[in-house]
Amino acid sequence: MRAKVYVTPRKGILDPQGRAVEGALKSLGFGAVGNVRVGRFITLEIDAPSRAEAEIAVRQICERLLANPNIEDFTFEVAAE
Amino acid sequence: MKWGVVRFPGSLDDGDALWALRDALGQEAASLWHKDETLGGAECVVLPGGFSYGDYLRCGAIARFSPIMKSVARFAADGGLVLGICNGFQILCEAHLLPGALTRNRSLAFVCDFVNLRVENAATPFTRAARPGELLRLPIKHGEGRYVAPEDELRQLEERGQILLRYVDESGAATDAANPNGAMRSIAGVANERFNVFGLMPHPEHAVEAALGGVAGRKIFESIAGAAR
Amino acid sequence: MSQAPAALPGEPRVDLAAARSHGLTAAEFAAIERLMGRTPTFTELGVFSVMWSEHCSYKSSRKHLQTLPREGPNVIGGPGENAGAIDVGDGWVAVFKIESHNHPSYVEPYQGAATGVGGILRDIFTMGARPIASMDSLKFGAIDHPRTRYLVNGVVGGIGGYGNCVGVPTVAGELMFDPGYNGNILVNAFALGLARREDLQSARARGVGNPVLYVGSATGRDGIHGASLLASAEFDAGSEAKRPTVQVGDPFTEKLLIEACLEAIKTGAIAAIQDMGAAGLTSSSSEMAGRGGLGVELDLDRVPLREANLSPYEILLSESQERMLIVAEHGREAELAAVFERWDLHAVVIGRITGDGRWRARFKGQVVADIPVAAISDDAPLYDRPAAPPAPLRDSSSPRLTTAISRPDPAAALRALLASPNVASRRWVFRQYDSLVLSNTVAGPGGDAAVLRIKGSRRGLALKVDSNPRACAIDPYLGAVATVCEAARNVACAGARPAAITNCLNYGNPERPEIMWQFVRGVAGLRAAARAFATPVISGNVSFYNETEGRAIPPTPTIAIVGTFADVSLNVKHYFSFPGDAIVLVRTAAPSLAASEYADLFGAADDALTPIDLGRERRLLDGLVECAQRRLIRSAHDVSEGGIAVALAEACFNPAAPAGAEIVPDAIDASVAAWFGEGASSVILSLPAENLKAIHEIFAPLEVRSIGRVTAAPRLKIGRQIDEEVAALMRLYEDALPGRLGRHD
Repeated sequence: MRAKVYVTPRKGILDPQGRAVEGALKSLGFGAVGNVRVGRFITLEIDAPSRAEAEIAVRQICERLLANPNIEDFTFEVAAE
Repeated sequence: MKWGVVRFPGSLDDGDALWALRDALGQEAASLWHKDETLGGAECVVLPGGFSYGDYLRCGAIARFSPIMKSVARFAADGGLVLGICNGFQILCEAHLLPGALTRNRSLAFVCDFVNLRVENAATPFTRAARPGELLRLPIKHGEGRYVAPEDELRQLEERGQILLRYVDESGAATDAANPNGAMRSIAGVANERFNVFGLMPHPEHAVEAALGGVAGRKIFESIAGAAR
Repeated sequence: MSQAPAALPGEPRVDLAAARSHGLTAAEFAAIERLMGRTPTFTELGVFSVMWSEHCSYKSSRKHLQTLPREGPNVIGGPGENAGAIDVGDGWVAVFKIESHNHPSYVEPYQGAATGVGGILRDIFTMGARPIASMDSLKFGAIDHPRTRYLVNGVVGGIGGYGNCVGVPTVAGELMFDPGYNGNILVNAFALGLARREDLQSARARGVGNPVLYVGSATGRDGIHGASLLASAEFDAGSEAKRPTVQVGDPFTEKLLIEACLEAIKTGAIAAIQDMGAAGLTSSSSEMAGRGGLGVELDLDRVPLREANLSPYEILLSESQERMLIVAEHGREAELAAVFERWDLHAVVIGRITGDGRWRARFKGQVVADIPVAAISDDAPLYDRPAAPPAPLRDSSSPRLTTAISRPDPAAALRALLASPNVASRRWVFRQYDSLVLSNTVAGPGGDAAVLRIKGSRRGLALKVDSNPRACAIDPYLGAVATVCEAARNVACAGARPAAITNCLNYGNPERPEIMWQFVRGVAGLRAAARAFATPVISGNVSFYNETEGRAIPPTPTIAIVGTFADVSLNVKHYFSFPGDAIVLVRTAAPSLAASEYADLFGAADDALTPIDLGRERRLLDGLVECAQRRLIRSAHDVSEGGIAVALAEACFNPAAPAGAEIVPDAIDASVAAWFGEGASSVILSLPAENLKAIHEIFAPLEVRSIGRVTAAPRLKIGRQIDEEVAALMRLYEDALPGRLGRHD
């Protein structure tokens, strides 16, 4: 299975990176831009007998390592290949 | 000679570059504000170390769009001397005034230490005060200093002599252990094809006084001052 | 009495239960009702709860802190302003302070440590001083505890991530591993700034009608009841659930704030300035008004918000980082706004200073809080908590004092000590910190004290932070005295005269008499040593409730001392450089194995601390400074963890090229305590032999022993029992920490 994991700053948490990028975009003339948040995108392959089991494993992977539960949220998609 | 040191938001070693130039080397140096377009008649423009715009997206990625960078690009195109130190090197790469890119250190950690550099090409405006092969001891302090470029680009850099400084050990050998960030071919500093733009990760401005970090950095500034004369 | 504000729709009811859930006691709630003449609104209750918290009010410690010596000929500010200041000559003033960020760093190590650095820097530049140096004192649990590696990586990463990006060098620090910190780590951050004397700022509001400006990051729900409440209660299993929105540090914005604030101060348009630290907008506005004996009125609708729908309660209690509150001179707001605009920061007028002595906040046209300023800034409770020594005197948190099982031979003991996590080189840590930016660092991390020059002057500063929890666990008084002695000795070894102290007092729950006893005894020790050395305590911070499930940390007063040089070129290195130099041991008493690293590794029966004679300690400090000023010595190194044997090895670790040393047989008594003992104040000097006579005179009546000489051959020979290649010892010393913790090359 292939999993795509998106890790983003949790809602309400300050995202200095997103703020700096937003400021730069505005100064480049992209005035319509707002609420920029910068996260991480991770892909991985996982050996699992079923999609449901892969999802359980990926969730654990996210909780244990890929996302910092104090400040980040995550979502993921698992697809068979 | 007249120097201009650009100050971006988040520049940190701009004051140190000014101090080194004015107080240690007796040069005429002015601070240049990133929102201005004037270079104030500088004969050499220095892009200093630091974390411009926090380096939050990619190092140097946002600073390259500052108003002053248009003037720096024009100045470089006209043959003016541009020196990028650390974050300044990163900005020059992002602005395509220098080839390659600087990526996260192999260790994934910031590293502050003194390293040995070997002068690979002493026939440039930035290195002419040094002997070919001379070893310089300079400090580094960066988290993203691993120089990378495509293999054919590296070959060309090598052939044209654009690699000016390499990380080496005390005997002058470019070993893996002496490479503090995993830079390809141990590259610490590169020049453009015309040899009027130079970027380096080490900080020569922090090695201009015997009581603070030694005097090896003077070689770089003295080369430039001599070249402009 | 003014009109009571109405409750906002949907606000919880205010009663004793609500007060208790805010950490207030029944007596405190009654006092609030008395001071207010009515029941507070929910918003007001929140304000009282943070301002009367231990963290903000020092209600358990104030009585004792008042006994510390604060005055001195060089002292400019004292406790009360955001940081203390001393005159360091030529019109320069050094402003410095140390502060804890223990609880947030345990919950979220990277951001906790990062925001700790950011917070202490704001305390410095809010005084008008440019921050030029940072130090950190870090305490973690046992190095092999499952959480330690994660916490170390996070904390070190956070300190570097913030400090490196904000452009303030981290020039020294302290790192210790001890099982006593398994459940509560300590992150104490120090910062020092320099100002011209005339540029020093005040946090005392003045001028009725003066506008109040908000500058910096927008306000979010960060850390509501964070520092103030987390640091005012013990951890328990529910702490995870109570976790507030974690504060995230933004060093880039902090850098802009530093530059913009220092530039704004130069305009002369600022009447008062204070950072929004713990309890954010509430504490900064009420404290500035309180110091000036004035009132303040805030319009919460004008506060820049990061997210919509924050309640007045949240706006007032938010601990979002990188924010400053400024009282501007009337009519000069635009001038200040222009300075901040230049740095892409926005200054927003959110209120004004009033003459009625009330702290008032409006929201959507309605008054939501109306409190006498004095009630929150001055009338916080003051407790004289019962203190009693524990019975039996030592509980299980004392150091592990066991009878020696197997004593290694001295050479093996030396090798083991050099590789011990509490002795080994800290290079793996400080290599991750920029120690050079600002071009003032004459001696950076790794030596006895950091040495900084003051540009444009011959003068300089030496800085050192120290603690000795093992000794404090045996005797909290003597341990505190020893800590001050050690920090002062390190500064004096570098050649600087110790000038002033800042302290961070880390203890457990003060509601327990034995913890309060530790604290009171610690303060007494600090007081005695500070008086003896004429080093006033100019700033500080207390961190209580460092305990988890009833288990407190060892008492840990962290002491930072700043020393001054009239001529910084006279600074002394800690390592040997000249073969043939005489090696001299100077000490105030004989060492013992009590509370030593040797005892920790190999056990020892001895647990009596060496008594300390502060007169002799002072003699040692004065002598070291005189030696430096008369250029009599080539090196001076303090004997600390690992004793004389380790100190000699460290003195051989010359960074340019290893030196050697030959210690003549019987120069040091052939006992384990003499070689590896600690506790006594001892220094290792190297000097040209012709200066020996002068050295004896300078240090009399202390014990001065010529014990050997520096050699060109890089071997360390101590008597007949140790003969080791210095390069090999250096490898042990350098490789130990990365080997135990690291993933970095």
